[in-house]
Amino acid sequence: MDERNFTYMFYGFVVAWLIPMIYVISLARRSSRLRKETDELKQLFEEKQASARPKV
Amino acid sequence: MIKERSGKTDLMIYGFAAAAMLLLAYNLYKIFLVLPDEALQGAVYRIMFFHIPAAIASFIGFFVAMVLSVLYLSSNDLKYDALASSINEVSLVFACVNLITGSIWARIIWGIWWTWDYRLTSMLVCILIYFGYLLLRRSVDEPTHRARLCAAVSIFGCVDIAIVWKSIEWFRTQHPAPVLSIRTGGGQMDPRMEAVIYWNLLALALVMATFVIIRARQESTEQEIDSLRRMVHAS
Repeated sequence: MDERNFTYMFYGFVVAWLIPMIYVISLARRSSRLRKETDELKQLFEEKQASARPKV
Repeated sequence: MIKERSGKTDLMIYGFAAAAMLLLAYNLYKIFLVLPDEALQGAVYRIMFFHIPAAIASFIGFFVAMVLSVLYLSSNDLKYDALASSINEVSLVFACVNLITGSIWARIIWGIWWTWDYRLTSMLVCILIYFGYLLLRRSVDEPTHRARLCAAVSIFGCVDIAIVWKSIEWFRTQHPAPVLSIRTGGGQMDPRMEAVIYWNLLALALVMATFVIIRARQESTEQEIDSLRRMVHAS
């Protein structure tokens, strides 16, 4: 392979892979935040339902 | 209540991701080990195998999101808005890849990182419009109001896509004239190189599809969390 301008080609490929990788990380972080939020809300909802049930 | 994760969607995500990885590996083999060198540019010409497909993939994404935005405006169904927002976000990632890889290529070929040329400027404006779209989504709380405003921005953004696409034909620009045979009728590029561009476009489209499915699922979970939160506060 012609090695002229190889460094800049390397930079170009790094960018082409790095930007989607950063996006994948942001997707993973968002997924874990949503999972946490869902669990909290489910728990809150169940607690509210339990407290609203008439005591025997 | 929150829907459980569908196994079918998971299968689609893994299927698209695996197909994309295999195709990308094959394309990288072709790019580095099979294709001939470009006589004038040296190794840096290989950037175009990501620069051009990233641009086309993002344009297709923005266009599909525009169609979904029109569908939202005509039906008021929030699922179109959720899908349009996911596609716009993912397309923006690839638009950024296009602009930055282009800038790195330009540093060697033109001797500058940036010039206020019609193609580059209209692409930068496109990226700013869709960044604005994402900021707008965060700043408006009411879902239908947010969806209507975002649909308008998405449709407006597509006008800029048309300008970006045609700018190298309409204006005399620093950016190279069209080289793909679908626009020129052929003769501008070695067909072996052009074939790899299309294969890489397919690979990036598969990566995009994977991201969009994940993002769309997150978007629908967010909508369900919103309604669950309202239920919790109401009870």
